[in-house]
Amino acid sequence: MIKKWAALSLLLCGYFSFAQEYVPKNDGVKTNTSNYTALTNAKIYVTPNQIIEKGTLLIKDGKVVSSGASVTIPKNAVVIDVTGKSIYPSFIDIYSDFGIKKPSAASGNRRNPQYDASREGFYWNDHIRPDQNAIDLFEFDSKKAQELRKAGFGVVNSHIDDGIIQGTGVLVTLAASGSDATRLLDDRVGQYSGTSKSKTSRQAYPTSLMGTMALLRQVNHDADWYAKGNIKEKDRALEAYIANKNLVQFFDAGKKINALRFDKLGDQFGIQYVFVGGGDEYELISDIKNTNAKFILPLDFPDAYDMEDPLLAQSVSLEDLKAWNQSPANPKILAENNIQFALTTHKLKDAKALMPNLLKAIAYGLDKTKALEALTTIPAGIIGKSSELGHLKSGAYANFLITSGDVFDKETTIYENWVTGIKDELTAMNTQDLRGSYTFNFDNTAYELEISGEIEKLKSKVKTSTKEYGSKISFSDNWMQLTFAAADSTKKDFIRVVTNVTNPKTLSGKLFYPNGNEGTFFATKQVKDAKKEDKKDNEDKDDKTPTIYPVTYPNMAYGMESLPQQETLLFKNVTVWTNEKDGIIKNTDVLIKNGKIAKIGTNLSAGNATVIDGTNKHLTSGIIDEHSHIATESVNEAGHNSTAEVTIEDVLDAEDVDIYRNLAGGVTSIQILHGSANPIGGRSAIIKLKWGEKADNLVYQNSPKFIKFALGENVKQANWGDNAKTRFPQTRMGVEQVFTDYFQRAQEYDALKKSGKPYRKDLELETIAEILNKERFVSCHSYVQSEINMLMKVAEKFNFRINTFTHILEGYKVADKMVEHGVGGSTFSDWWAYKYEVNDAIPFNAPIMHNAGVLVAINSDDAEMSRRLNQEAAKSVKYGDISEEDAWKFVTLNPAKLLHIDDRVGSIKVGKDADVVLWSDNPLSIYAKAEKTIIEGKVYFDLERDAKLRETIKKEKNELTMLMLQAKNKGLKTKPIEKKEKELLHCDSIDHQH
Amino acid sequence: MRTLKILILTLCVSAISFAQQTPGDKQTQAITIEGATAHLGNGDVIENALIMFENGTLTFVGSANSKIARKGTIIDAKGKHVYPGFIAPNATLGLVEVDAVRASDDEDEVGAMNPHIRSLIAYNTESKVVESMRPNGVLMAQITPRGGRISGTSSVVQLDAWNWEDAAIKADDAIHLNWPSNYSRGRWWLGEPNVLKENKNYAKEIEELTNYFAQSKAYNANKTTPKDLPFEALNGLMDGSKRLFVHVDYEKGITDAINFAKAENIKHLVIVGGYEANNVAHLLKQNNVPVLLQRTHSRPKGDDHDYDLPYKLATQLVNSGILVGLENAGDMERMNTRNLPFLAGTTVAHGLTKAQALSLITLNTAKILGVDDIVGSLEVGKDATLFISQGDALDMRTNKLDQAFIQGRTISLETHQTELYKRYSEKYKK
Repeated sequence: MIKKWAALSLLLCGYFSFAQEYVPKNDGVKTNTSNYTALTNAKIYVTPNQIIEKGTLLIKDGKVVSSGASVTIPKNAVVIDVTGKSIYPSFIDIYSDFGIKKPSAASGNRRNPQYDASREGFYWNDHIRPDQNAIDLFEFDSKKAQELRKAGFGVVNSHIDDGIIQGTGVLVTLAASGSDATRLLDDRVGQYSGTSKSKTSRQAYPTSLMGTMALLRQVNHDADWYAKGNIKEKDRALEAYIANKNLVQFFDAGKKINALRFDKLGDQFGIQYVFVGGGDEYELISDIKNTNAKFILPLDFPDAYDMEDPLLAQSVSLEDLKAWNQSPANPKILAENNIQFALTTHKLKDAKALMPNLLKAIAYGLDKTKALEALTTIPAGIIGKSSELGHLKSGAYANFLITSGDVFDKETTIYENWVTGIKDELTAMNTQDLRGSYTFNFDNTAYELEISGEIEKLKSKVKTSTKEYGSKISFSDNWMQLTFAAADSTKKDFIRVVTNVTNPKTLSGKLFYPNGNEGTFFATKQVKDAKKEDKKDNEDKDDKTPTIYPVTYPNMAYGMESLPQQETLLFKNVTVWTNEKDGIIKNTDVLIKNGKIAKIGTNLSAGNATVIDGTNKHLTSGIIDEHSHIATESVNEAGHNSTAEVTIEDVLDAEDVDIYRNLAGGVTSIQILHGSANPIGGRSAIIKLKWGEKADNLVYQNSPKFIKFALGENVKQANWGDNAKTRFPQTRMGVEQVFTDYFQRAQEYDALKKSGKPYRKDLELETIAEILNKERFVSCHSYVQSEINMLMKVAEKFNFRINTFTHILEGYKVADKMVEHGVGGSTFSDWWAYKYEVNDAIPFNAPIMHNAGVLVAINSDDAEMSRRLNQEAAKSVKYGDISEEDAWKFVTLNPAKLLHIDDRVGSIKVGKDADVVLWSDNPLSIYAKAEKTIIEGKVYFDLERDAKLRETIKKEKNELTMLMLQAKNKGLKTKPIEKKEKELLHCDSIDHQH
Repeated sequence: MRTLKILILTLCVSAISFAQQTPGDKQTQAITIEGATAHLGNGDVIENALIMFENGTLTFVGSANSKIARKGTIIDAKGKHVYPGFIAPNATLGLVEVDAVRASDDEDEVGAMNPHIRSLIAYNTESKVVESMRPNGVLMAQITPRGGRISGTSSVVQLDAWNWEDAAIKADDAIHLNWPSNYSRGRWWLGEPNVLKENKNYAKEIEELTNYFAQSKAYNANKTTPKDLPFEALNGLMDGSKRLFVHVDYEKGITDAINFAKAENIKHLVIVGGYEANNVAHLLKQNNVPVLLQRTHSRPKGDDHDYDLPYKLATQLVNSGILVGLENAGDMERMNTRNLPFLAGTTVAHGLTKAQALSLITLNTAKILGVDDIVGSLEVGKDATLFISQGDALDMRTNKLDQAFIQGRTISLETHQTELYKRYSEKYKK
């Protein structure tokens, strides 16, 4: 009760000191105190780096007046002596949704697509919501505020976590009393963005991450155009976006690769985002550092998996096991690389989950000063509030914690959290610490009383040398009550003890017998057993030195500890499939140097080259897959019927194990195509399968520009169910009009652009204009002859040529027209019968087209088939009697030509890139295995190394499994196993979005 | 309007479906193949072989050096290869014509427990997909329904017939059970992670199966009215007239399935799929349980798994002494079934001999389906279901069929596809 009174009085004091002077008062006389509060004899962390061992913190009207070793205390000061205690600035979370109600989801049938925006007078896309302001939805949540204060927080910047652009945040204190009038520090702090769509709208676009990226770019262009007064209609979203431009820009990246992606995007528009990280930044630390971005880290370290069932346990991937082992070191690694980061409770179950995880990060090497900075000065700095938040210098808000000691120590208690001078007592400071072991005598028997637990939530054990008794202890305001059952437990004989504790060394009070008689109680605290303590310390030390497994490239199974280096290699005595006029030549030597094919001949001298015996083996150029969907996070942007603005290059996934599996199948280059969800799809990525390299390094330098088009059942949504009947086009007739319409508009757009007059930059039309200007090539998914012919005619009308028809299953019916048009065909070897439009697909397609003079390739569109493309090529030998030499070109030189990279790859020719494969047998044979796959002179796949990697995987998985079992034994939390099975992505795959 | 659309669609479909091949006539004259390399399917190879068959049955298989009278038409097959017809088990040929056309889809019946559902009567001998098997040497198949816990009853057919009745080699050979999965996927559309977690209902699902079998046994012990069609059908498992094909991948599931079959006194159990079968090889061996192994041309199921795991599974199992056949269920399975020989070829690059690989799609499969007394190898007394290839039929470069026979009947190797090939090749020659 005393405590409550104290709290109330302080609380009132705080309230009055803030009351606005013009507020009328009818419940008494106007009072106005101008007292100071001085906290003396404390260890004060004025800033994380400026520590006063024994100082005074003087505050008034919610702010720090001064802090230091020798502060003059005014006479009208309430002095609180906090000898032995520490004072820290309260923590700040700048990525919070405190006090913001989650927006409710849009109603309506999920399956019924919505193409237009729901809002009027805003941007055309509902997911762009810069006009939202968190302050408009803000409602102080006392319960949450208390939780946060308990966890040490004083101030949060809160935002509406909904939409791609989410609008501005609001900076509020968590003060226990007062009103929004005093808690609101700033009602427009920062603009927030993320990758998820708004729940309030079902508008389809964007359905993919690459669509999100394209949309963000277009918003920036449109905002610019709007700001220049070129758009006559009202757009409140763009207006807000323009107004928010100078605020700090937060972006919820959620994983390392998104931080890199959106940093690059931001650079285009002069935006430096502050990223909310994913905890995996350590895996690409130098690239993360190069973003120059500041980070906000959720400390949601993965729990160990429950590995007790070995059958289930084996399905947990090495990647996930390693993440558990490595990710607690992430904050340390960021700190070591001088990457500034703040911490957030975002993604944690509750605020109190923060500290245990932070202690874990510290145990993994995070410097305590950096930890404190991440909770105080850095978040304050990010939001531009360094002068008033995050420290206890004069003029700062009086937001501070009083603790029993080092705030980053497991044993430390936070007594009080003051926010703007308003105290919240979390644990009474003058509460005696009873924890320990006591002895007392009762009825001529020696008893032991063991007290443990939290300071104010104690647990007790009462025992004699022979027996343990049931007992219950309670302790508050320094009054202790203890109840325990008498020696004979069959009787309901309870003994009750009550004492008022002034000194925890002795407990002296009254004892009540079961019969109501009173006696005295006197217990003495035992001196700690030094030996036991030592042992405990040692145990702690064990916890503090975790073994961290090395990060590999990529950081998963089959990753390598270092990237492969360029080698000088001499293949001796091998059968070489040159794909040049020399054809297939036996007993030949091939020298690879500086990443290029240096020499082809016989009896070449080795020099310093590593010699590889090629006797009975075959050397070919690497396989090139014209149509792949591996190594990408998105395949389709299905939200519009034309999405020329999106590009696969934005969403490459360099950590897709299918890259490695493709290498093991002799594949070195692929075109990752957009899917076939719409007539005009997105731009391609043409990459080399440099396993272990980061995404941007996979892309061809000066890569030829490509875009995916599509025809037929997929684009008219014929197999999407009865709900998908509203989007234009629904027929092949409509498909022609989509193309004609877009080319027409692109032509007009391009003319305006070239005229030098101002124009609205439109990323979609810009891309389509590149096709008209012959700067970008079209690879078009196609099936039946009518539509193939149609697209050629549309292209001819607009004076350009289609580069490639991909799939092109009825190409054999119009091969003559294809030759005339000058288009190549990249087809499946033998797929058919899966759709109505492939009824006439025949395995003789490639041979007929080839014989008619079409440039023919065989492609996969399938992560499984792509690793056996050599066999798919061989089917043309079976079905159409194509020569082995020509069949081999179907998967090497011809796709290189179709992709306009045949000056670099596609054959074994001096001067070309050393992208070669050593095969155990004729590469077209079902019995052939790729033994080495080399890109630019670097060995990316090697059968022998693969065998070693398997050993490593087995060993590391086993060791980590043991560590997880050990963690469970220690009582740490575990979670049920998860098994990740990669989905097979095809033309019609859609991103999983909630 | 809707009816009209369906009518139009039906007309369209039938309008372009004229090209099916006419089944071969009954063998009336003896045929002799001389000089080829004969791959018997039982592990043996005869160079310069002599093969003779009459009335649909093999009458001689041996060396061409044998001094016996050649009968009937003599085919000079020097430099060529003769194989027994390949058998595609666990196939859905003829049950669906075009995946995306619902009207043509007859593979998956409503309901969880459908032992009474029979694939045979829906098997479309006129399917264009079926005829496209033959030029690759796939001459027989086990037509298998899909879906549910118990999908239904399969039948073994040969792929050259006027109707399903004529096609049947062994009607209603097996009941197919999809074993409860050890994992269930998170409902990502509700925000759950899109990963597999332990299936918490696994034990309950097995309990349901056990109960179902117990009920069936009780019913069949004392058949009363009203009749119960599913239980009647299930009785074939108890009396041994039908085999139980359990479709299951995981180690735990395979173990439980074996124990289940033992407890239910099921005479013939076959594991289908068997991704983790190698982990319980000793158990399979001990209980004499064969495996119809999933397509070798598939990706490993886990990021950590060996890139060549699906390629080498057959080798591991064969080396453990288990009877192994290959099946091809999965994505685009029907049209892909013609690649069965190449699924076998792949196992050679990963450890088996060519003769062993051949057995995986011939004699082993025949044994697993219980038809090895009539087909599966080139042995006297068996059906003359075989073909002549210009080269190694397990390699796509050389799998080129000159002639094929089913039950001694000379069958057409033309298809809808070869006809289009000829038409359009002609077009460009003009």
